[in-house]
Amino acid sequence: MTRFLVRRLLSAVLTLFAVSVLSFLMFFGLPKDPVSGMCPKNCNAERLERVREELGLRDPLPEQYANYMKGIVTGRDLGSSQGGRCDAPCLGYSYVNSEAVTDTLARVLPVTLSIVIPAAVLWLVLGVGLGIISALRRGTALDRLAIGFSLAGASLQLYFVGAVLLLIFTYNLRITPVPSYTSIFDNPLKWASGLVLAWVALAFLFSAIYARLSRAQMLETLSEDFVRTARAKGLAKPAVYGRHALRAAITPVVTIAGLDVGSALGGTVITETTFGIQGLGRTAVDAVKAGDLPTIMATVLISAVFIVVANIVVDLLYAAIDPRVRLR
Amino acid sequence: MGRSDSAPSGEPDRPEVPEQRAGEGQPYLRVNDLRVRFDTEDGVVRAVDGVSFAVERGRTLGIVGESGSGKSVTSLAILGLHHTKRATITGEISVGGRQLVGLPEEQVRRLRGRDMAMIFQDPLSALHPYFTVGRQIAEAYRVHHPRAGKREARSRAVDMLGRVGIPQPARRFDQYPHEFSGGMRQRAMIAMALVNDPDLLIADEPTTALDVTVQAQILDLLSDLQAEFRSAIILITHDLGVVSQVADDVLVMYGGRAVEQGSVEQVLRRPQHPYTWGLLSSVPSLHGDADADLVPIKGNPPSLINLPSGCAFHPRCRYAGRNGDRSFTEVPELRPAGEAGHLAACHLPVDERTRLYQEDVAQVGVAQ
Repeated sequence: MTRFLVRRLLSAVLTLFAVSVLSFLMFFGLPKDPVSGMCPKNCNAERLERVREELGLRDPLPEQYANYMKGIVTGRDLGSSQGGRCDAPCLGYSYVNSEAVTDTLARVLPVTLSIVIPAAVLWLVLGVGLGIISALRRGTALDRLAIGFSLAGASLQLYFVGAVLLLIFTYNLRITPVPSYTSIFDNPLKWASGLVLAWVALAFLFSAIYARLSRAQMLETLSEDFVRTARAKGLAKPAVYGRHALRAAITPVVTIAGLDVGSALGGTVITETTFGIQGLGRTAVDAVKAGDLPTIMATVLISAVFIVVANIVVDLLYAAIDPRVRLR
Repeated sequence: MGRSDSAPSGEPDRPEVPEQRAGEGQPYLRVNDLRVRFDTEDGVVRAVDGVSFAVERGRTLGIVGESGSGKSVTSLAILGLHHTKRATITGEISVGGRQLVGLPEEQVRRLRGRDMAMIFQDPLSALHPYFTVGRQIAEAYRVHHPRAGKREARSRAVDMLGRVGIPQPARRFDQYPHEFSGGMRQRAMIAMALVNDPDLLIADEPTTALDVTVQAQILDLLSDLQAEFRSAIILITHDLGVVSQVADDVLVMYGGRAVEQGSVEQVLRRPQHPYTWGLLSSVPSLHGDADADLVPIKGNPPSLINLPSGCAFHPRCRYAGRNGDRSFTEVPELRPAGEAGHLAACHLPVDERTRLYQEDVAQVGVAQ
């Protein structure tokens, strides 16, 4: 177990290192000059040169990368035009937003968490519940309804579902306010009402996938010998289905769910854009458009961290569920 | 068609009181004209088509047949494990005097695992991989002893693990099925089936998935436990060697019907059905000629959706047509075949069958 964790953490660090090098290289491979966007008015070659100098963009690439990494570990001095001293973990100073990237993250990360975590709870409960029930009631009207729901969810796109929800609930019925983010600590009610449409849209699309997956898993498990054994023992249906069948059926769902939640935390660009909420995903896209290297690096790295951590969590869960899985 | 009259005491009494026990001398299990039908997209599968038999306490009935002959479907019907929506079951199944066909699922459930239990073929897939062996046995105990505490169920399970010959049962209790060997898993399965002292035990190919050396141990164990618990046992197998070792009576099934039934002595030594002859000729014998060739039964088991007309075995029977067209047009009934209690479903006259068996089959020296 300890050995497993140490090994996985080491490989996680390696993965993140590779991700950071790649995104660094890709940024400088872009045909766009990051400085050009920074002085829209009265720019001359001399001024641009000075900005480049200040940002350290004239240093050799390895040196720039080393400085960036050093900033994360020990902090570094960015110069007066970029907020001066930047403490570890220093992710740099945004080229466009005039704030330290860590401050940007502190602002947008809670937004994405607030969108993804409640939506994930909703889609897991709804999707797995629906899948299990329709497996147990196979062939009934309810089952067919669930299959139709899955098909709809799998075929529709978020920007469409989101737009329809907005049209109905915000603009026609006026039940929900225009989506916005309020911190849960300031006003939980406003937090929930501002995000509820995003949760519903995400939950609808994802639960469709989970309903289909868990229905298939449950049907497969129900034909397993050990389910027949459970019935032969005289166990009542709740114990047969809930204790024996569900536990085996849920294992693959846990894997997919962990990876989905991990990648959703890395940014829900389309959701954020559809509902006009500034979260991690939109921040990343804006940074790419503006050529804002420090913000790009930070958002890419944080998404990578989510995915790496999700993978480790899935493996741990797997071992907790299935005694045949040994972590080493 | 296929009705047994081996139990001559008339109609089994249909008790109004479900808990009533069978009277003295009554077979514990009585199955009468059992039919199990599945409606599928391809047509109606008549998996069991009119089978009757009875098993007394302390006795073992071996049910023999190829895959698809209906032997497993019969046993699942007795336990009420078929899905009521998919299977249509008619006939009578009387367990300890209670008529099970048509009984509400909840009442059958209360009998399952308590009065009648089952051992399955492959203990690795039949045990739940995520729960410890002990927990699964204790669960089987507690479901029928709701007042038993965790500790009592545990000690009962440990006791059963010891009784079926598992060393260090207290330690083994906390292990998972994948940490057991094949033979130990089947012992654990038997412990789970016997934890509530069932009066009827159905063992569906209990040794098929095991090594030959372990097979013998498991069969011995079943015999010992039967002597101890005096339960009625149904042993489902395709292995005639197993039948001769542990069974008292034999039922040979083909295409969902009984083609021959009687005591082990009668069916294995003086078989009266060409299909049984085929089964006997296809297994090696210690007593026969070592150089004799094994004779497989040619052809394949019949489709249960579209059984051959007349005697379902006729396409594979070398004697079909010897007695006019009846084999092709008329389903043979189970009829007395010489001795008392010995029944066979064949159109050939009994003495001709006896002669054919002596000349064609026993001569070759493969039969026991």
